[in-house]
Amino acid sequence: MNIDVNVLDAGERVIYALRSLYMAKGYRRYRMSKFEEYDFYSRNKSFLVSEDVITFTDTNGRLMALKPDVTLSIIKNTRDGEGTQRLCYNENVYRVSGSTRAFREITQTGVECIGNVGTAEISEVLSLSAGSLEAIGKPYILEISDLDVLSGFISDLRLGKEESDEVLRLSAEKNLHGIQSECEKGGVDEKAVKALTELLAISLPPDAALERLERLCSESGCPERIRALRDVLGAMDDQDVKQHIRVDFSLYSNPRYYNGIVFKGYVEGVYESVLSGGRYDALMQRLGRKASAIGFAVYLDRLERLDMGKAGASAC
Amino acid sequence: MLNVALPKGRLGEKVYALFAKAGYPCPEILSDTRKLIFENSEKGIRYFWVKPSDVSIYVERGAADVGVAGKDILLEYAPDVYELLDLNMGKCRMCIAAPEGYRDDENRTLRVATKFANITRNYYASLGRDIDVIHLNGSIEIAPLLGLSDVIADIVETGTTLRENHLAVIGTIAQISARLISNKASYKFKQDAIDELTRLLREAGKEA
Repeated sequence: MNIDVNVLDAGERVIYALRSLYMAKGYRRYRMSKFEEYDFYSRNKSFLVSEDVITFTDTNGRLMALKPDVTLSIIKNTRDGEGTQRLCYNENVYRVSGSTRAFREITQTGVECIGNVGTAEISEVLSLSAGSLEAIGKPYILEISDLDVLSGFISDLRLGKEESDEVLRLSAEKNLHGIQSECEKGGVDEKAVKALTELLAISLPPDAALERLERLCSESGCPERIRALRDVLGAMDDQDVKQHIRVDFSLYSNPRYYNGIVFKGYVEGVYESVLSGGRYDALMQRLGRKASAIGFAVYLDRLERLDMGKAGASAC
Repeated sequence: MLNVALPKGRLGEKVYALFAKAGYPCPEILSDTRKLIFENSEKGIRYFWVKPSDVSIYVERGAADVGVAGKDILLEYAPDVYELLDLNMGKCRMCIAAPEGYRDDENRTLRVATKFANITRNYYASLGRDIDVIHLNGSIEIAPLLGLSDVIADIVETGTTLRENHLAVIGTIAQISARLISNKASYKFKQDAIDELTRLLREAGKEA
């Protein structure tokens, strides 16, 4: 059967380009049913982007939900002790989006790597996310952070739980003046405040960022703090990819689920991130799992207004 | 080209003066015209006037790369943007005010009239107090005088309006001033220009 790629619209081309990219790297396609028992989501509500879920009663009387998220279902359907599993998906999810406060059907594609996740797997997933952004065919930036580094510098402030949460929120805004006044209220050591504001001022390509970080961490008496990030970035040797990376610690991901390396992708012409991911060992633990995991999702609906021309055509 | 959303009105004019002083002038903006968009292509900057409470929407959705919004708007709408600089302009306080001699009856749900429903809810939630928010769009001071509410949550600059209506401040929620905000995606692609603008505005602000 011959398929004429010209009949595909730009969004469809991206979907197929991404699928062939993931499968070429050994990621197995994972298909799931559209429904899941509501109880499963209600127990893990706060992981969802929006807590609202479309529900209906099945013929056997059980309360079901239209899938609002893919990651939770994939975790549920994998088992510990089966080695490292590489999965990719392309699914419709149903969630309340943005300011309209109405349900929307959103096409989401992405990958999950579950099992034994170390430096090699993390840098592989990062490269894959850079490849995904590349496939969209616009200039892109892949923003990377390490939540453990950020929380290390925040715990150096020796603030209480509430104040630390506030500093974390301000960090996501790059709100340095806010952090300073919050710390003044708490009578924090000036050196620790200066270290945190210098950390948040970093928004640099990997080599320049690591150089500054080395200095900052050794001055703060914790040179080991950047080891994970340094190893991961060191394992990414493709210079073409590296020039699109920005190390930026203002990147926010919920620390209840994410830990360590987290990242977001932006393409020129879209006002919000189009890709989001990270290590979610914390979520795995909450679900009673021993394995570690990393993954990301591409929000295809956010590309809708982008003039993509022949985006993704090369991979089709 | 950097797109800048400025808040229409007195504060906006002061903010523009600071931008001009920092090296981003666009004299046409001060002329008597109904135009809303002004550009200085040599300096790579385009200004437009929008309603102050809309600045954060323009910036969050990327129609403007950067903008200047009051902290009150940022606290109320919590837009997903970077807050890069406190411009130390348009300073005032977000306060709780009540009729002079008012005594709180903690046995009853407190009725609070305000334009800022989210800020008010968060403030009283942090105190563990049950309240009934009455959302108004203006003339908030009149609400307790007519028995519509017990207290109000509003912006206080000099306190004159409160005094003239026999109201007094009974609590401060937050200090307010104008902030430079940036769209997160714009920052990724125009980082050098936005960092430079932030630095020059900070310096121009110090000299003032």
